[in-house]
Amino acid sequence: MDSSFYLIQLLNGIQYGFLLFLVASGLTLIFGIMGIINLAHGSFYMIGAYLTVWLSGLTGNLFSAILLALPISLLVGYAVERLAISFLYRRDHLYQVLLTYALILIFNELQRILWGSDVHSVAIPEILSGSIQLTDNQAYPVYRLFISACCIAIGLGMYWVIQKTRLGMTIRAGASNREMVQSLGININRLFAIVFSLGATLAALAGMLAAPVNTVYPGIGDGVLIISFVVVVIGGIGSIKGAFIGAMLIGIGDTFGKVLLPEMASMVVYALMALVLFWRPQGLFGKA
Amino acid sequence: MHTMSRPILILLCLGFLALALFPLLGDEYYTGLLTKIMILSIFAVSLDLLIGYTGLISFGHAAFFGIGGYVLAIFFQDADSINYWTALALVLSCTALVALLIGWLCIRTSGVYFIMLTLAFAQMFYYFFFESPHFGGDDGIFLFSKPEVEIGSTILLDLENEQHFYYFVLAWLVAIYLILSMILRAPFGQVIVAIKANEQRVRALGYPIQRYKLVSFTIAGTLAGLAGFLEAVHTGYVTPSYLGWHESGIAMVIVILGGMGTLFGPILGAFVVVLLQDWLPDLTEHWQLLMGGIIIAVVLFLPQGIAGLLIRLGNRFSAAPTRPADPARPKANIPAADGNIAATDLEEQQL
Repeated sequence: MDSSFYLIQLLNGIQYGFLLFLVASGLTLIFGIMGIINLAHGSFYMIGAYLTVWLSGLTGNLFSAILLALPISLLVGYAVERLAISFLYRRDHLYQVLLTYALILIFNELQRILWGSDVHSVAIPEILSGSIQLTDNQAYPVYRLFISACCIAIGLGMYWVIQKTRLGMTIRAGASNREMVQSLGININRLFAIVFSLGATLAALAGMLAAPVNTVYPGIGDGVLIISFVVVVIGGIGSIKGAFIGAMLIGIGDTFGKVLLPEMASMVVYALMALVLFWRPQGLFGKA
Repeated sequence: MHTMSRPILILLCLGFLALALFPLLGDEYYTGLLTKIMILSIFAVSLDLLIGYTGLISFGHAAFFGIGGYVLAIFFQDADSINYWTALALVLSCTALVALLIGWLCIRTSGVYFIMLTLAFAQMFYYFFFESPHFGGDDGIFLFSKPEVEIGSTILLDLENEQHFYYFVLAWLVAIYLILSMILRAPFGQVIVAIKANEQRVRALGYPIQRYKLVSFTIAGTLAGLAGFLEAVHTGYVTPSYLGWHESGIAMVIVILGGMGTLFGPILGAFVVVLLQDWLPDLTEHWQLLMGGIIIAVVLFLPQGIAGLLIRLGNRFSAAPTRPADPARPKANIPAADGNIAATDLEEQQL
């Protein structure tokens, strides 16, 4: 085990962290702005992954599959917000948990109806299928670098939208004081619909990018959902910066946990969370 | 002032009678199913203590259910015979200890943090048992014998016998119903209900609310552990899925569908959910779709659950000129079992 081995693990951890960030940032925005705890967020990841399987089978190309899947995810997110989530804004968290739990059951069943219970995989496109030789027997796949690059681009794009545009200004205002935004005459229903659809699409995009690396199987969204919860709790609910730091911590922690403590790999993440919360119950960047 | 209306009381007594007489029909399949329902009822009632009474929305309650089963399985997996009293004491003390520890960490947070934290801790235990090579991994652990309920050397109940086990679980359910009734009627119960209603005010009155929440969390966890213990004895094995988050989700569905904040609601909920899970698959292969639809309908149209509906109907029936509210009151002082039930639900409705 030399340093290049650890470098590969570090890169893997960062790449995993980036994907988690895409999912968790949507989750944290939806909670921070809309006050909705959305268990169905993992289902969007699953939808993204399965859309990629289906569309890349149709078009034979990952890029066009992703380009086609993005607007579909946006539409699904919008439909879910209008048809289900919008009834929950004035309701207790308990009912939000229940209704979105029901959505998971429905999405999982729809997935089984449409795509069956088999495990699917998506081919990595030709130009990205190579790998970079680090040492004689250690190489790093180009596609994983591509995932990280995509995530960085999207992260920068998000930063630009949130910090520099009028929509972003409204989102930031909504995250810090929802009532005030509403009383300033901003159409809060429209804002909610936009935030929810965008959040859902981010999760779906993570599913699309990850599809060629991980296999696509039923219930794929459930694990992602719970890990994203951990990320959001660590980072502080409603904070995008927190979601980023949390995602990196979990991504790297989980990857090294699998290498160094294979018997307790999945627990490392939760131990990390307990540690952070013991020190800061409101998360790293959460409002007290 | 609301009271437990007479129609509902009658309904409950009839329900108990029906449960007590059912095994005499000799239908083995439904006797087993009812046993499962009663075990889930205990689990759901314990969750209701958190959600419906204390206002703590735990999404990781299955952790204690699973730990209850695993404690039994881990200590007795190779044993030829299991002493019921030892096993019970071990299970209760271990789950209480874990609940105390997790509760201590979780109650420092509130609202959505609490929901996510309880979920995360439950997942932690799930993976602990799932990955651990010592505790059976994802296969779980089989139990080769059932506990022997004996005093001295006389065997009181043979838990291998489906009917004996049925009555054993029924007795536990009634006992827990009565114990929780008492707890909720006691000053402690009044305080936790008040915490749910208005935490600030209770704090201002000088109550150490964190301590009350922690005790409530620990009691609920211990009772869930008991339910897990019973389930493990019933099925003869434990698997990590006992602690899975779908189990926590279903428990929550049971509590809300039945009606939170009442003790009989979660029991009704357990009946409805388990029977749906039993019947819907006959209807269609994609029954989860229907299940999801039903849950959504409950959230949108029946937020107080079946119990809320029954209470409303019952009040309408008993809103007759005789006003049965008064006869129910003196009944509260009669120490008979029926009187106890009446008294508790009287208290519940007052709050």
